[in-house]
Amino acid sequence: MPVKRVQSMLDVSGINAFYGQAQILDDVSFSVQAGEVVALLGRNGAGKSTTMKTMMGMVKSTAGDVTFMGSSIKNLPSHTICQKGLGYVPEERRIFTELTVMENLEVGKQDERDGAPLWTPEKLFELFPNLGEMKNRPGGQMSGGEQQMLSIARTLMGNPSAILLDEPSEGIAPVIVEQMAFTISALKKEGLAVLLSEQNLHFAKLVSDRAVIVEKGSVRYQGTIRELEEHPEIRDAYLAV
Amino acid sequence: MSLLAVHTLSKSFGGVQAVKDVSFELAAGEMLALIGPNGAGKTTCFNMLNGQLKADTGTVLFDGKELIGLNPRTIWRLGIGRTFQITATFASMTVRENVQMALLSHHRKVFSLWPRAADSFKEEADGLLDQVGMLHQADRACGILAYGDLKRLELSIALAHGPKLLLMDEPTAGMAPQERITLMELVSSIVKNTDISVLFTEHDMDVVFAHSDRLMVLNRGEIIAAGTADEIRNNDLVKEVYLGGGSTFDAGEKGAVHA
Amino acid sequence: MGFYLAQFLTGLASASSLFLVASGLSIIFGVTRIVNFAHGSFFMLGAYLAYTFVELMPHGILGFWGSVIAASLAVGLIGVLLEITLFRRIYKAPELFQLVATFGVVLVIQDLALWIWGAEDLFGPRAPGLEGAVRILGEPIPQYDLALIVLGPAVLLGVWLLFNKTRWGTLVRAATQDREMVSALGVNQSRLFTSVFFVGSTLAGLGGAVQLPREAASLLMDLNVIGEAFVVVVIGGMGSVPGAFLASVLIGELNAFGILVFPEITLVLAFLVMAVVLIVRPWGLLGRPDAVLRGASGPPEEPLRLFTPLSRNLILGLVGLLIVAPFIADEFTVVLLTDILIFTLFAVSLHFIMGPGGLVSFGHAAYFGLGAYGAALMVKYLGIGMISGLVVAPVVAGIGALIFGWFCVRLSGVYLAMLTLAAAQITWSIAFQWQDVTGGDDGILGIWPAEWASDKMTYYYLTLLLVFGGIYFIRRVVYAPFGFALRAGRDSALRVEAIGINLKTQQWMAFVLAGVFAGIAGGLYVYSKGSIFPDELAISRSVDGLVMVLLGGIQSLLGPIIGALSFTLLEDLVTRLDYWRIIFGGVILFIVVIAPEGLAGFARKLLPDRLTGKTEEEARS
Repeated sequence: MPVKRVQSMLDVSGINAFYGQAQILDDVSFSVQAGEVVALLGRNGAGKSTTMKTMMGMVKSTAGDVTFMGSSIKNLPSHTICQKGLGYVPEERRIFTELTVMENLEVGKQDERDGAPLWTPEKLFELFPNLGEMKNRPGGQMSGGEQQMLSIARTLMGNPSAILLDEPSEGIAPVIVEQMAFTISALKKEGLAVLLSEQNLHFAKLVSDRAVIVEKGSVRYQGTIRELEEHPEIRDAYLAV
Repeated sequence: MSLLAVHTLSKSFGGVQAVKDVSFELAAGEMLALIGPNGAGKTTCFNMLNGQLKADTGTVLFDGKELIGLNPRTIWRLGIGRTFQITATFASMTVRENVQMALLSHHRKVFSLWPRAADSFKEEADGLLDQVGMLHQADRACGILAYGDLKRLELSIALAHGPKLLLMDEPTAGMAPQERITLMELVSSIVKNTDISVLFTEHDMDVVFAHSDRLMVLNRGEIIAAGTADEIRNNDLVKEVYLGGGSTFDAGEKGAVHA
Repeated sequence: MGFYLAQFLTGLASASSLFLVASGLSIIFGVTRIVNFAHGSFFMLGAYLAYTFVELMPHGILGFWGSVIAASLAVGLIGVLLEITLFRRIYKAPELFQLVATFGVVLVIQDLALWIWGAEDLFGPRAPGLEGAVRILGEPIPQYDLALIVLGPAVLLGVWLLFNKTRWGTLVRAATQDREMVSALGVNQSRLFTSVFFVGSTLAGLGGAVQLPREAASLLMDLNVIGEAFVVVVIGGMGSVPGAFLASVLIGELNAFGILVFPEITLVLAFLVMAVVLIVRPWGLLGRPDAVLRGASGPPEEPLRLFTPLSRNLILGLVGLLIVAPFIADEFTVVLLTDILIFTLFAVSLHFIMGPGGLVSFGHAAYFGLGAYGAALMVKYLGIGMISGLVVAPVVAGIGALIFGWFCVRLSGVYLAMLTLAAAQITWSIAFQWQDVTGGDDGILGIWPAEWASDKMTYYYLTLLLVFGGIYFIRRVVYAPFGFALRAGRDSALRVEAIGINLKTQQWMAFVLAGVFAGIAGGLYVYSKGSIFPDELAISRSVDGLVMVLLGGIQSLLGPIIGALSFTLLEDLVTRLDYWRIIFGGVILFIVVIAPEGLAGFARKLLPDRLTGKTEEEARS
């Protein structure tokens, strides 16, 4: 794939990761441009979440580099990476169940950043009208779909330039997944770079520009969504049973 | 007569109805799949069946005996085994010792203070390990097993007391595609050979359609459909709330967007 | 009527001071998940520093309260310093290491306080302007008590506002639930944790400073208050500040009225209340179920192996050496060896519930002491002989373990550790306070072995026999189905319950078994020394046991033996020095931070594999 490294918003090149003795990632490389949605596809345990955690500094990489807007962020503390404008929406949402919607948003709040859209609770409630109706509800009393919305909104409060979404459709009712697709397009329009980890290929196709397929910790295929649709054998080889 | 008869089982947590009027039956030698989105109440159902949670209302008859109100240990002794979504095994023991532990409990020897545990029920344990193809790894430490092997070990622990019913919570979660097929084929062959019944939850629709005799779909705590793979595949309501309009289940299993 | 009201108000005043300490402990735990023993030391430092500042500053209302505030803030800064230099390094360590490390800090601070302020109790001034008393229903109520009664709720309100109405508070509450996520949202965890430590230690310092007009500053304040603070935090719910307030009032009043009914055993009442609360709500009055901590982290232990012929021969050689030792060593060495053997049994019994059992006991000295006191009391009041005494010792300890254990196994992690500690504090307070029966601080003297065993050498052989018999038995149990089921429960509680094992019963019986063998050690100890004092039941004795186990390495069955040997030798060398605590504390901190696998684990790395019985595969991995 010809990739213009200079212009990439996010550039992952040759990273490794280990849990104890087990190698989880092996020489993973890809990049995401501003205003682009890239889907990280692969089975459970393929290394999608670990890739994102490594990018966020939560898992240390022993090789390669991760650059974000031109500077290396590899193995920096998570909070520093976030402060540079890389947002992270974790698997399983991980909202603060004891805190209200407004308080959850408060935790995510960061200063305004040049060149990145500025988010306020009011602006977020336009994007997620449900949340606006339950400002003082504790996170623990929300449905899975509402929690997923809150998790994304919370990360947007940090005014990121790029955002990592780890399995946003996991266990969510289809109607909410539809809303999610709308949300992701809205973020793309705002100029954010979006990296999406997905197992639901249908959803991934709907929202992404390009796909990166990982299996057993390595990138097996990179290409546009259209290319992937034109080559069902690739999909069958890596994504289907 | 059915092995397991569940009638109007309900449970709510702090006003939220997690499981509502669930009724179904399971025959001996049958593999029944319970599917539905996360939070639909599958795990709550499971936990009520094996005694970890007490149902608010309803009855569960296993082999004619009422299970509601019994604790998990008693239910286990009646002949119900269980595997977990994330494997639960004894990391600091060898593979064989893991199975021996279940056998020691089955034979009520866990308060024995003197004989060596590692010498007890060795042949029986090896037989069980052989059944799941783990005998050659019997002396390895459980803590260093690959995940697929752990799943097989857990299966042999669950089979140690000769259960009539096996409850499997997402048996293939976290496994590679090839491993999933192998494991479920193993389970199917054990079901065929021993006439054991299996009730399992699963997110992988390929596994579900290939290995279940019947399926039930749970949504918001209620069973919205039950039947054979084809019936479920073509059920409009199930398509709408779970499988989606497109053919998403050959690629993923979650809700689909109507493109 | 007036009398009871006065008693009630006294209770409330004490509750205020207790609340300040306990809320700080609870806040620090909530976020960092560290149960900080040194919190009692912060309280003590608050009192000492207030004393010093009052001396330095101009007298008067401003000088007094200025000193109180300055002392609190100074303690807050000490907390920050400790967080940055030490606690930060152990956030990811298993909870046991954290508890022991903070105890190491307690020892260091004790000696520093001794060095700075001396051993004498320091009586502070009365609070200027509040020296008098107000008559309420005819009873004189000290004005200062009334001030404290106001202070408690005022601080509660302040802390509540801080936690619920500021961004800092929101971040702290979020971090209490999910630190990693807070960090991924751009919040600097290190700075947040340091600030939490500042708030928590400032509160402890304030608690100590305001106590000065009511109680002399002394070197015993730290451990006295920490026991009560633990009880309060456990009753209130770990991490809950309002819970800590409720529980402080409960305990304050219990003490105020309990002293009228059972003056000697007020702590027992506190324990009973705690036990009742924990049975009804295992996570405390206002705590949350998820406050129970993760188990020990790190790679899983290796499967148990039998001794290889080589290591068996080494052990037989060691036994042989111990048998001939009295013929080649002098009497002093024989006595020292007797001590070492007794503490080895103590450490092995503790290791049994901690290692294979996975239950962190912070009060194992209780069963050692129960054995010793059980035998001594029987000798004193019934005049029984030595053999009967040595039988009574494990029986009494076993009964104690049966009672305390029933409560303890209902909990896990930190709650369990605290409950075991509280149980030990109860037995200690009975031995210490119930002077008529136990002789209190003067102990029980004149407990000598029977005529035939009175010779040091004979007693040594008796000890050797019982200790080795005990260790062999425990080892068999570990390898037997009972021990396997226990270890299985530690590895996966979910799985053991799913294969029909009643884990609580298993753990309860293990607790009793460990208590019985600690009791034998206690019985042997009392006859070897001829006396017993409450010190043998104190927290520091329990920690000695923990340090022995840690020193040897918790994952090794030989660990406690190596640990007890090296510990007892070290103790023998060090306690002759004036400032031995600081050395000891230093050693503890060294083990926790530098050599967390202990000596046995360290040696295991160095020794050839055929000696340790490792398989080739493990050696490679």
